[in-house]
Amino acid sequence: MMVAETAALRRSPLAHREAEFAELGQLVPRVSLREEPFLTQVNLRVHPGSPALARIERELGLTLPGRPNTVARVADGSSTALGSLTALGSLTALWLGPDEWLIVAPDGLAAELTERLAAALDGSLGSAVDVSANRTTLLLAGASARAVLESGCAVDLHPRAFGSGDCVQTMLARAQVVLWQLDDRPSYRILVRGSFADYLADWLSATIRTEGKSR
Amino acid sequence: MLLIECPWCGGRDETEFGYGGQAHVPYPEDPHALTDAQWAEYVFIRDNPRGPYAERWVHSAGCRRWFNAVRDTGTNDVKATYPIGARKPVTS
Ligand SMILES: [Zn+2]
Repeated sequence: MMVAETAALRRSPLAHREAEFAELGQLVPRVSLREEPFLTQVNLRVHPGSPALARIERELGLTLPGRPNTVARVADGSSTALGSLTALGSLTALWLGPDEWLIVAPDGLAAELTERLAAALDGSLGSAVDVSANRTTLLLAGASARAVLESGCAVDLHPRAFGSGDCVQTMLARAQVVLWQLDDRPSYRILVRGSFADYLADWLSATIRTEGKSR
Repeated sequence: MLLIECPWCGGRDETEFGYGGQAHVPYPEDPHALTDAQWAEYVFIRDNPRGPYAERWVHSAGCRRWFNAVRDTGTNDVKATYPIGARKPVTS
């Protein structure tokens, strides 16, 4: 009940820039930028290869990615233990470290997800923590999206090195981000701390304008 | 700019990393048995070679894991990186 009461009071870090982002899209149609506010984010730590990890994978209905800087995804509406939850959208696990993942899901699932993960951990060494309020998400997509990112990111984002289903924790314009490519359009999700969101939005906005003039 | 190979994430810019000093400095088996001079030796005194030097780095802006690296202090060439707990690789 608390959730329902507080949900109406929430304000995402970039809510006040919605009109600006839309205007930017008119100005430079090759790339679009918008905030995806309030995504559920749960930080999961558990030993790789442990029985607890196997229980969690059963619970989530997906194999947690073991390869660094990749994601694993449960498709929309698939029938898993979390089927009722994923009916609301997809659930993705991002590799953050050899014993650490970030579970990203639609808004409103944090409480149930952390509860289920904690139950699956069942006292084993590990943790499942709701970190949804730590970062907000920017969705950058379109033909020029990669060029925009490349002017502020040292990681090789060329398709030969980075593609759909890959993620990196790195610096974008000197802000720490989790960058995650969703599809080959390309579309990227940029997860950034709330306190850095305005700065990063400023940088993205300026870079998109420059990109618009360069062709 | 140094390019450092994180054992987990691969090659990244030096600016993503933090430095942690000399690697493979064993914690004293019985700290209470140490004299002040021996404790000071453990806490403060480090090798300072010119040439290959095993040191600790942390991938702060990436996976946030500590690892070890062998860096040539004369040329800044990072000869090898390896996970904590692994033996120091032989470099020439
Ligand atoms: Zn790393």
